[in-house]
Amino acid sequence: MSAIIGKKIGMTCLFSELGEAIPVTVIEAGPCFVTEIRTASKNGYDAVQLGYGAAKESKLTKPELGLFKKHSIEPLRHLKEFRFFENSSELNIGQEIKADIFTEGDYVKVTGTSKGKGFQGVLKRHGFSGSQQTHGQKSMLRSPGSIGQSASPARVLKGVKMPGRTGNKTVSVKNLEIVKIDTDKNILMVRGAVPGAKNGIVYIAK
Amino acid sequence: MSKIDALTASQLKTELPNFSPGDTVSVHYKVIEGEKERIQIFKGVVIQRKGAGINETFTVRKVSNGVGVERIFPVHSPNIAQIDHERRGKVRRAKLYYLRGLKGRAARISEKK
Repeated sequence: MSAIIGKKIGMTCLFSELGEAIPVTVIEAGPCFVTEIRTASKNGYDAVQLGYGAAKESKLTKPELGLFKKHSIEPLRHLKEFRFFENSSELNIGQEIKADIFTEGDYVKVTGTSKGKGFQGVLKRHGFSGSQQTHGQKSMLRSPGSIGQSASPARVLKGVKMPGRTGNKTVSVKNLEIVKIDTDKNILMVRGAVPGAKNGIVYIAK
Repeated sequence: MSKIDALTASQLKTELPNFSPGDTVSVHYKVIEGEKERIQIFKGVVIQRKGAGINETFTVRKVSNGVGVERIFPVHSPNIAQIDHERRGKVRRAKLYYLRGLKGRAARISEKK
């Protein structure tokens, strides 16, 4: 697996050779730096930790700063560990990882934090269909209906879908095609939509 | 949005006729049938232009055999071989949706002098 941390810039479209308009999400991917390498012998698992985005020293905690001081690299805002990284034994700490680890036509998984929607009802949150709008219905149009049985079990079962906080969760979208790469500007263009708002942090993995 | 505009700038067409809603245009559209490619002409009145940059589109309306037909084209689509600007129309609004409710002589648009 190879992976990178990026920032969602927004959506636009591109025209293919056949003249089709392809909807794409523009992601500024990297440059990322290797901040830590975990090995099975030392840590019990294989992983590579990447950092992205320059940070002010005053914005980081002492333990975070200690990591950068130890390896004498510039402070970075976002850190993320990726397991089973490709050629992790050949990587060095502080090494730059850029968008050129991907090629056009690759299929990637993009993970981001979805937009928060606040406290929402069951129609928006779980995709319930609501109740009928005619035949004497009144003020029950968007209600969930029954949430369980009667005397047995005489309680609401755990995990019943109910209203509540919606969005602002980690969401992954698999098999998004990389339509275009601009290695000079570290820009990835991925077919389709990607979770989260503009300027949100996304993790791209192949 | 400037970063996105810079990325799509290379796909924008530079030589475009300056047409606006109310104008009559013929759009030469490339149609691929199997391996052959031919040009199809769609002539009608532009009833709207919307969007900006690479997302800009325009809608052309014509009446064919008594049936109203509308097609939406992306302005910068590579499948548009040519746009002939036939006639300038005198209209007072940007979206001519009211033409959909009119027939025959009432749906005419006078020429802009």
